[in-house]
Amino acid sequence: MTSPLFARLNTEAKLAVFAVQERAILTWNAVRFIFARPFYGADVIQQMNAIGVDSLFIVILTGFFTGMVLALQSSVSLQTFGATIYLGHLVSASMIRELGPVLAGLMVAGRVGSGIAAEIGSMRVTEQIDALNTLGTDPIKKLVVPRLIAALVMVPVLTVVNDLVGIFGGNVIASLSVDIPSSLYWRTVWDQIASDGFTLRFIPNDFVQGLSKPLVFGGIIAITACYQGLTTSGGTEGVGQSTTRTVVTASISILIVDYFMTQMLLAFF
Amino acid sequence: MSADSASTSDSPRAQRVRAAIRRELRADGAGEESVGASPVIALEGVSLAFDRPVLEDVSLEVYRGETLVIVGESGTGKSTALKLILRLLVPDRGRVVVNGRDVAGLSFEEALATRQHMGMVFQGAALFDSMSVFENVAYPLREHTSLSDDEIEARVREKLRFVDLDPDHVMDLLPAELSGGMKKRVGIARGLANDPEIMLYDEPTSGLDPLTTATITRLIVKLQRELRVTSVVVSHDIRSANRMASYIALLADHRIAFFGTPEEMAASEDRYIQDFLGGL
Repeated sequence: MTSPLFARLNTEAKLAVFAVQERAILTWNAVRFIFARPFYGADVIQQMNAIGVDSLFIVILTGFFTGMVLALQSSVSLQTFGATIYLGHLVSASMIRELGPVLAGLMVAGRVGSGIAAEIGSMRVTEQIDALNTLGTDPIKKLVVPRLIAALVMVPVLTVVNDLVGIFGGNVIASLSVDIPSSLYWRTVWDQIASDGFTLRFIPNDFVQGLSKPLVFGGIIAITACYQGLTTSGGTEGVGQSTTRTVVTASISILIVDYFMTQMLLAFF
Repeated sequence: MSADSASTSDSPRAQRVRAAIRRELRADGAGEESVGASPVIALEGVSLAFDRPVLEDVSLEVYRGETLVIVGESGTGKSTALKLILRLLVPDRGRVVVNGRDVAGLSFEEALATRQHMGMVFQGAALFDSMSVFENVAYPLREHTSLSDDEIEARVREKLRFVDLDPDHVMDLLPAELSGGMKKRVGIARGLANDPEIMLYDEPTSGLDPLTTATITRLIVKLQRELRVTSVVVSHDIRSANRMASYIALLADHRIAFFGTPEEMAASEDRYIQDFLGGL
């Protein structure tokens, strides 16, 4: 006779495995439907605006202050060794390879992921998803695919903006607090980018690392948010729970995937 | 509460005999239909359970141009029957046949295509709240037809006028700006946009005042008489059911407790049916 605790753990484990399976199926269907008719081009453009353009302000703000804090903290350590000249190297390497992709991903997960989950979750609890089905529309093609495409395109774009603004923020601190001329700072930034080599002769390896991560993060955010929205139940309370789960799950997934991608990319570059 | 009756005239065998006779009459006399015409919608021995049974051995038929109203207490599987017809659910046992095809055997894409010939009106209307009334009604036309913008607008106006709404007044409104009755009517207009041969209604008069209830009921009757649409209506409103139904199916204990005309139901001596009708 199984104990109640074991039965409960058994059920929770099965639900967790089922959720992973369902998310994998959703990911597979969403990816293959990118190339299947009908194409909802207008929806893709609308989502690119919602995910990309509307997130610009928060990404710029995040990048700018992150770059400044990074330069400020780093300059204290570098001054100990008389190596403040390497401030540009450090800020650019950190922003492009790591902080830019991760912070942009976390900001988009919080702002956009929650919005997607709330919107689709509200549609679920008000039977609008069922209405799409009964009107002969595949909800995955109509709702998930445009958001996935938009996230795959716009999260890397936002990351580039984040990187540039962050490096600029470091320049502000370098000029004002550490007395490093801007020309010297930007030269050291380029030296860092070029020092890690190029792929296909023109693409700095730092960019390959720094842009492959946001591509994956964008997919994680879109799929997680859409999955939570599509599986929402329990009325408005359920919508709130889906929104929270989206932000938490997407954020944790980004941090975990970031580690493994870093390991993998460092092995190649 | 029991679905079985002590009365011989309402015994399960008597009901099956009447149903068989009725099938012959309906097949022979369904307007211009030929002798032996098959039903448009048929549930054959359908059973479905989740954590507990929802439907058990349910069989019913709807012929072209008829309106079947499924009534019963809450939780007896009425809305589930609609979802089975739409293939949003698949039965554990039995068959759901629509226009001669077992819908359970359809692929997801085939089911989507089949639904384009059906219209569905949800309990809360389920209008797309980010779209205007015009865009809601136009949605199936944009998705599944190659009509021009002018043709779409003409069709939308036609459907809105059919449900007694002034297009110039409502087309630009958002669902949040509509009353409950207006939402239901827009939902009906959207369901009719592609001129479906089958209309399904889930509690169409739920939450509405008596006057608006009468308006919606009148619309459903109008659809049957003027457009010969085959309709299945799920409702707990027996008054409206009596007005609009060609036949009524009463669900109790997850089974069909009664199937017949509104007059036959009113004349039934079954205790449960009398108690159900006594709620009037």
